[in-house]
Amino acid sequence: MKTIRIGAGAGYAGDRIEPAVELVARGALDYLVFECLAERTIALAQQARKRDPAAGFDPLLVERLRAVLPECRVRRTRIITNMGAANPLAAAETTVRVARELGLAGLKIAVVMGDDVLAAIQTGEFTLEETGAPVSTLGDRIISANAYLGARPVVEALAGGADLVITGRVGDAALFLAPLVHEFGWRWDDWEMLGRGTAVGHLLECAGQVTGGYFADPGYKDMPDLSRLGFPLAEVGTDGNATITKVAGSGGRVTLATCKEQLLYEIHDPACYYQPDVVADFSAITLTADGPDRVRVQGGRGHPKTRRLKVSIGHFDSFVGEGQISYAGPGAVARGRLALEIVRQRLADTAVKLTESRFDLIGMNSLHGEQRSGDATPYEVRLRVAARTDTLAEAVRVGNEVETLYTNGPAGGGGVTKSAREIVAVASTYLAENLVTPTLHFLEA
Amino acid sequence: MKLRELAHSRTGDKGNTANISVIAYEAKDYAWLERHVTAEKVAAHFADLARGPVTRYALPKLGALNFVLAGALGGGVTRSLALDAHGKSLSSAILDLEIPDRPEVLGARGVAP
Repeated sequence: MKTIRIGAGAGYAGDRIEPAVELVARGALDYLVFECLAERTIALAQQARKRDPAAGFDPLLVERLRAVLPECRVRRTRIITNMGAANPLAAAETTVRVARELGLAGLKIAVVMGDDVLAAIQTGEFTLEETGAPVSTLGDRIISANAYLGARPVVEALAGGADLVITGRVGDAALFLAPLVHEFGWRWDDWEMLGRGTAVGHLLECAGQVTGGYFADPGYKDMPDLSRLGFPLAEVGTDGNATITKVAGSGGRVTLATCKEQLLYEIHDPACYYQPDVVADFSAITLTADGPDRVRVQGGRGHPKTRRLKVSIGHFDSFVGEGQISYAGPGAVARGRLALEIVRQRLADTAVKLTESRFDLIGMNSLHGEQRSGDATPYEVRLRVAARTDTLAEAVRVGNEVETLYTNGPAGGGGVTKSAREIVAVASTYLAENLVTPTLHFLEA
Repeated sequence: MKLRELAHSRTGDKGNTANISVIAYEAKDYAWLERHVTAEKVAAHFADLARGPVTRYALPKLGALNFVLAGALGGGVTRSLALDAHGKSLSSAILDLEIPDRPEVLGARGVAP
């Protein structure tokens, strides 16, 4: 049976570079996928593009590609990535330049666009999933709107001979599903195969999270060599079943436990994982150990797709001001609590309008509230005040009131940090898939 | 006993919704978890943190439960004021859940199962 080897080169935009290099050198990969777009990334990239028309793609694109392109070329490993973010074309043009600098003339690059649906959602009547309000209530605060495209345009890019496919917003798992559909010729209504390919993509898309990253709990779940964690690869067969593994000698482990945690990561109903191409069903999946660092994934299923695409809308939301200061030694908690009250009173007395606020002591209650710490008395605590405001000036005041604790607050406060920032938030809506038209362009180095 | 003795966990986020998996270390313990780690119990455990309903999905083939906590992330990852806006640390909170000792543990302590 034909087997395709797909590796994950990054689990998020800022991920480590070296594991991808190791995977390409020793993983005998057919495909390497870099999934680098979080929910809000495109909105921030769109802002960058407004400031500079040549910007708006992943700032680490050049560094990542320089690290792997020559070896990928030698080994005929094809690359798929959503590092195009809000400007896939500029990302591709930059890649052409990098490829030429590396002496890789002839490299064929495909650009997938059409995920930008800002015009469509501003003209029609759409509802925000989170609040039920019309999209139009966001008015001119909307920055970006991008539909999650499916695997089809990426498959067309591969069929067109692309060595490297650069996209904007595409469903994360679809980036991995695409090479499987291309290689195995799965039909677009073969829901079972599409579901299985989605499961493979879902297991791989966060890279190190399936090879032992985000897992260790000393004494309960030990994990070796996390400083040189290996990234995963899947060996996928024509039947869509797969083995998750990593290259020998890399850090971390691929175990039943790491795969179970990742299979359920960011999943709601495991029988209905909504994707652009399929509603994947993980509920009948079985995982079995198949030797060291090898886990078999079998029995994924799928249901017909919904024919509507999720759209992420980036929008200006509010301003947030924040300040932190630390207290230590005997009475640290009491001084921290006193400091919180002082800041609360100061913000009230100076009429800083807060639409939402948090007054926490890190080490006591900042993560899971007050009751879980009980009577614990940590040696040190860190005060954290964070508040939402309507203006930047008011957000600045929040951090300033923490800073003035230096000379006006309780004894022994140190290590102030403060910030004030505009919040770009993300909301969701849905668009019928026939209103979204993916487009494909080819460039050659 | 603490849930941590029998299970491990990972938290994921989507918008203002968190999901928290509870995965048995040993397949034989899954039935005990399915019986004692209910949606009601998890909702009560997180009552001070999660405003929305808690839904439980059972995955017997994986020996795992998946809890979905609506409204648990302070308005959503991109706008939450929380230090841990993703709620990634919630997996550690669920492992602190107190569950009845499973029979084997009682046996080890010399108490009839």
